[in-house]
Amino acid sequence: MDWTTNAIGRRVPVSVDGRPLKAFSGAYADSAPAGTTVKRTAGGPSRVAPGRGRPDKLVKNWDDLLDRMDVKSGMTISFHHHLRDGDAVVNEVVARLAARGLRDLTIAPTALFPVHDRLVPFIESGVIARVEGSMNGAVGLACSRGLMKGAAVLRSHGGRQRAIQDGELRIDAAFIAAPSADPLGNANGVLGKSACGPLAYPVPDSLSADRVAVITDGLVPYPCAPRSIAGGNVDWVLEVESIGDPSKIVSGTTRLTKSPTQLLIAELTARFIEATGIMRDGFSFQAGAGGISLAATVFLAQRMRARGVKASFAHGGATGILVGLLEEGLLGSIVDLQSFDLEAVRSCRDNPRHIESTPFDSYGPRAAGSAANMLDVAILGATEIDLDFNVNVNTHSDGLLLHGIGGHTDAAASALCSIITAPSFRKRIPIVRDRVTTVSCPGEVVDVVVTERGIAINPKRYDLAERARKAGLPLVGLGDLMRQVHAITGVPDEPKFGDRVVALVEWRDGTVLDVVRELAPAR
Amino acid sequence: MTKRKSDCSAAYSPGSGALTVAVESSVKPLFGRAIEAAARAAAAEFGVTAGELSIDDDGALDFVVGARVEAALRAAGFGRAAGSPSVGAASTRDEKDSQDRTLGRRRRSRLYLPGDQPDLLPNAGLFEADCLILDLEDSVAPSRKAEARILARRVLEAHRDFFGTSETVVRINPLAGPFGQADLAELAGCLPDAILLPKCESAGDIEALAAELGRIETAAGMKNGITLIMAIVETARGVIAAPAIAAASGRVAALCFGAEDFCRDIGARRTAAGSEALMARQNVVMAARSAGVQAHDSVYSDVDDAAGLAAYCAASRALGFDGVGLVHPRQIAAAHAAFDPNPAELDEARRIIGALDAALAQGQGVVSLDGRMIDAPVAARARRLVQGADDVPDAKKGN
Repeated sequence: MDWTTNAIGRRVPVSVDGRPLKAFSGAYADSAPAGTTVKRTAGGPSRVAPGRGRPDKLVKNWDDLLDRMDVKSGMTISFHHHLRDGDAVVNEVVARLAARGLRDLTIAPTALFPVHDRLVPFIESGVIARVEGSMNGAVGLACSRGLMKGAAVLRSHGGRQRAIQDGELRIDAAFIAAPSADPLGNANGVLGKSACGPLAYPVPDSLSADRVAVITDGLVPYPCAPRSIAGGNVDWVLEVESIGDPSKIVSGTTRLTKSPTQLLIAELTARFIEATGIMRDGFSFQAGAGGISLAATVFLAQRMRARGVKASFAHGGATGILVGLLEEGLLGSIVDLQSFDLEAVRSCRDNPRHIESTPFDSYGPRAAGSAANMLDVAILGATEIDLDFNVNVNTHSDGLLLHGIGGHTDAAASALCSIITAPSFRKRIPIVRDRVTTVSCPGEVVDVVVTERGIAINPKRYDLAERARKAGLPLVGLGDLMRQVHAITGVPDEPKFGDRVVALVEWRDGTVLDVVRELAPAR
Repeated sequence: MTKRKSDCSAAYSPGSGALTVAVESSVKPLFGRAIEAAARAAAAEFGVTAGELSIDDDGALDFVVGARVEAALRAAGFGRAAGSPSVGAASTRDEKDSQDRTLGRRRRSRLYLPGDQPDLLPNAGLFEADCLILDLEDSVAPSRKAEARILARRVLEAHRDFFGTSETVVRINPLAGPFGQADLAELAGCLPDAILLPKCESAGDIEALAAELGRIETAAGMKNGITLIMAIVETARGVIAAPAIAAASGRVAALCFGAEDFCRDIGARRTAAGSEALMARQNVVMAARSAGVQAHDSVYSDVDDAAGLAAYCAASRALGFDGVGLVHPRQIAAAHAAFDPNPAELDEARRIIGALDAALAQGQGVVSLDGRMIDAPVAARARRLVQGADDVPDAKKGN
């Protein structure tokens, strides 16, 4: 295997599985001023109009669907993760394809959850050869252990959409689970017994896959409205008893964390946003559904209330906490890619200021601006941060591949200020590292790191550092922070890796940021 | 034992072969060697060179591994090897002595940390409670008393820095009971800034502790009297004896009230208004003031009720207390806000002091300000308020 060194000093291969690769050459290497026209990209398949009358898309059952879709060994099949840990469709499809004797499939999910740990036997038996997209939990573990035939490609939500648009991720068959759909294939996620909120992640798949199936447990007469998936892009519609377990589709963890350390970090984050002047009338923010992000949202809202400041919009995943702020009038709108709880689903359905987005509108690297570009601040997490501000969200310090990138890098690269919130150590594992195990996000786009032991600001952002210093915020250098942490935890040993590359980490533009190597076999 | 995050369990089985250490750990690829080294170091302190130690770990720091191994070895009958001091003994003690062991330092918040929960320790000082209490009493099950006191000793020996600028306090078990003497003996090499003594019922309880502390300080070559005592009265007898308890020793820095035990003792039912303990609380304030020590109110234990906590702190302050007990760091800000003078109060106090100083310069002992008579006692109270506020370093005020 031939290797080269990319712009952040990581060794990356020049090709993998026979596919040539481009090394990362800077976070904004392919950016251009507004109005710049670039090459026309593949627009997906052209379908043929059915002639007079109603097209016959409703299939009888799973076998009927799979017969008509004609999925073959070696093909790429895709799924979305709006049903989260309640999803029943991914496991169903893979099991049925396995029973039909198919092998060497590439699966391209937008994310996987613990419920998909059941895919592992299909990885072991060779039904699934590789993954493009996101890996979590046991599937990531299987990848780390080298159980997959081909190298996985890890992409952000925006990176995945771009790879589809640029024709780098060719989807042969898209399986789109839909809580509500009509016989033409129009579908949404806000209605029906399995309502999950937006149906955003599968939109690029519906536009470009050669074969598109909608699987629904909420079949309604035409026209299904609102519609997130356009029936004109759908080939078949299958009605099933259930697409998932509604109690796990919306996990509903919107209680404020009780962890004193998480609360401290969240409070410091909110203080930073106010004291540096980011929190001003009409500002916008993104914060996820993790413990620190939720608490930071709550504390930020307290400061907004106290100062009479209103935000124009919040972006990303929606929670009951954001919905509360929207209804209180502290937020102008929510631009939502994914609902995390029932309150968010209800709001997405009923409130015109709760706007359903798509990966292109939210994060698209080939869009002339996205919602993420309109953000003043994004509050994000990390499993590791290094002295160059590089962030790891994919692997743990022991080298195990356990998480997807999500919208992390898209928001970090696009928002005016990106803030990473993380404890400086977890259990006894230092989060601040000399060098992160895997680079998921280059330090170039990371502005601020907030920990319980102080705030580190990227030297490139001297403007923020100056404002933070004037405001009396507790600033710390990442090197000092790492030494403080080592005094508590000790210095960890390095995990042992084999030579084989099991996954590539792609930057939003398709260049290779880093690789994940196979773990050395257990002693 | 159920294993907790950032903790480990240790078991020892005797054997004739050289000591082996079996490590199971969620952080084994990163810290497996460190865990084994910490376990072997603790075994060496007890001269243990044979048998098998098994460690089941979920990210415990070295001092925790040491504490759990030590507890297992002591339970197996081993004693500390001669000439083998505990790891961090006496390394960090002296530098903190002068600044922290002050009778009159501010104690607006005293935060309890369950003594057998190591995950809470490394970040404990970040929250800037005025007093941090390692609790060996009520939050530790009788079966875990030995483990907790060894853990307390090891953290005080190796990581005094975990407590930051907070006053470091250990709540021991009552000396007359089965655990108190052993608690104190364990801490002999690493005395905290103060000992919090529960269930005080007589001056004799304080005198016994003071005498024991005196012996420990002398043996350790420390300045005699430097270790302070905070006394909890939480029974009818204790409240009645409060004046004698507060005055029993020059080491007493504060008299604390314990409402839960008190109400149980007198057969009262706890109410939101708290009238069942009102007289007792007032007695505690009076006893403390008459002896010239601080008065500390009981613990507010509903972590989720922010409004209730604010009201409780305000009421405590109105009664004359200097601070309250807390069970979660998120309660600290409310306590400090309640017990810190607010800007309007400070402003008025400064005007009172200025007015009386001007009057005194003209030979008058009394002056009128906004229609109120200002004399020496009023000005003295104003001076105390202003002085207390100035004692808080700016860096700690935050926003």
